[in-house]
Amino acid sequence: MSDILAIVDHRRGELREVSYELVTAGRELADETGGDLHLAVISGTVEAFAEKLDREGVDAVHTVDHGEEFNHDVYAQTVTQLYDELAPEYVLAANSVNGLDYAPAVAAELDLPIVTDVVDLAVDGESLVATREMYGGKVETTTELDANSAIVTIREGEWPAAEGTGDAAIEAFDAEIDEDAIGSTVTGFEEVAAGDVDITEADVLVSIGRGIEEEENLDIVRDLADALGATLSSSRPIVDAGWLPASRQVGQSGKVVTPDVYIAIGISGAVQHVAGMKGSDTIVAINTDPNAPIMDIADYAIVDDLFDVVPALAEEFQ
Amino acid sequence: MKVLVTVKEVATVEDEFEIDGTAIDERYLGADLNEWDDYAIEEAVQLSEDGVVDEVVTVTIGPEDCEQTIRQALAKGADRAIRVWDDTLEGVDLLDVDAKTAILEAVVEEEAPDLVLSGVQSGDDSWGATGVSLAESIDFQWAAVVNDLDHDLGDVASVRRELEGGVEELTDVELPAVLTIQTGINEPRYASLRGIRMAQRKELATKTLADLGVDESAVEGAVRLTDMYEPESETDVTVWEGGAEETAGELAELLRDKGVVA
Repeated sequence: MSDILAIVDHRRGELREVSYELVTAGRELADETGGDLHLAVISGTVEAFAEKLDREGVDAVHTVDHGEEFNHDVYAQTVTQLYDELAPEYVLAANSVNGLDYAPAVAAELDLPIVTDVVDLAVDGESLVATREMYGGKVETTTELDANSAIVTIREGEWPAAEGTGDAAIEAFDAEIDEDAIGSTVTGFEEVAAGDVDITEADVLVSIGRGIEEEENLDIVRDLADALGATLSSSRPIVDAGWLPASRQVGQSGKVVTPDVYIAIGISGAVQHVAGMKGSDTIVAINTDPNAPIMDIADYAIVDDLFDVVPALAEEFQ
Repeated sequence: MKVLVTVKEVATVEDEFEIDGTAIDERYLGADLNEWDDYAIEEAVQLSEDGVVDEVVTVTIGPEDCEQTIRQALAKGADRAIRVWDDTLEGVDLLDVDAKTAILEAVVEEEAPDLVLSGVQSGDDSWGATGVSLAESIDFQWAAVVNDLDHDLGDVASVRRELEGGVEELTDVELPAVLTIQTGINEPRYASLRGIRMAQRKELATKTLADLGVDESAVEGAVRLTDMYEPESETDVTVWEGGAEETAGELAELLRDKGVVA
């Protein structure tokens, strides 16, 4: 019997959605290995979190009451100790910014292999088979592990969130934290949207990506947004280049938006972007590449040069 | 203060390609400096220009072909470069996080940097884990997904970490540390002609695993690539055909139907 240990994710008093996805992924894996699913929730209001995490298929929730917020040293030390105590076969974590801030350290400390950003998992005999993407999602790969145990981080949004109520044993885990080994201190949080329009409130978003090529070309998209009474947003590279403020960024690291209409112009549709806009009611893509990932989630598409289509569209309404 | 920057040459893929076994057929591949590492190089060079660091050294795991990419980093202002490669590495199908960590750990031991900057991830295999794994292995502090670094470095690096959903975390990290650098932290420069000329004269040392004292078994890794395929498309997109005016007209009609515009 081989158990699974999943470490949940939370921030500023809220469990993140991926925590419930970890329950689903963990349960599936535990069913394949014939073991129990253990969850661990570290820091924050752990008792309240544990109650919410007691969903169908969870065998035990281990609470570690230490500090309010994520600290990677606390997480790394705790997960290492939980691993020694519970001896799980696989440890699951979120492939989130925080997941990637402690899981590799746990793998290095325990001398275990790590497989990150996994979109599907299976057990083939004794071996864990993990599906990952490469080259920005252009290909999928399967990897097999020549190891009895591993750390695995799962991509957010790939497993359904666990529901139902369970009867998990909720147990406080007394982690021994070496405070002298804590080398970083969180001093605060900041929202990046301050002082600008809130793109999450917009009914219509005209969103621009790398395809716009030059900052000057943004004007044709601004004209379109004005003509439509829409709000301008963008994918990450436009914000990185400093052409629009961070508050306009749609995606995993930007805002999650759910407008009635989302017009994606010159956006290829990298997974991080799609994570932020796939909930839009109607998605229109304007892109020269018919195989761009954005086409997989678009409802309507124009496969053409945006420099021809966008002015023609703006003209329709001027 | 010395900064070590991990620099990777990544494979780029054309829009149309074919897969040959567990790799994309070489005919469809190009090569480029990893986007995230470009930002890490720029941050290191800016630290150097600000007088905060004395030397910027890059380290790359890769064959001789990637020296052109390494020269790009040197042309942008890195002082010297190290390239690690040998026949053992040539034969490894997939260099996993453990393998990269083992090699970089040995380089850190030789170079003894105060700060290591590494791109958050690479554009081809996207592990996103090597920087933090390295930090743990060399007993450095670390911060992952850094999108701002205060150049007033003393014993502590004040950074911002870019969390999901438009939230940034402000964190102080004791040095020595490994920081994984997110795109957008700065504006990477283009190499100037003068920089390109100077780069030709900068030191680019090549090392084998034996030179670094890394056991061959350390790079075999436990992760094997067993299959590669194009993801199945589940699209039911309606593609409007015709010239720009015609397709724009279709979209305009949709927008009118949706009540976006009158």
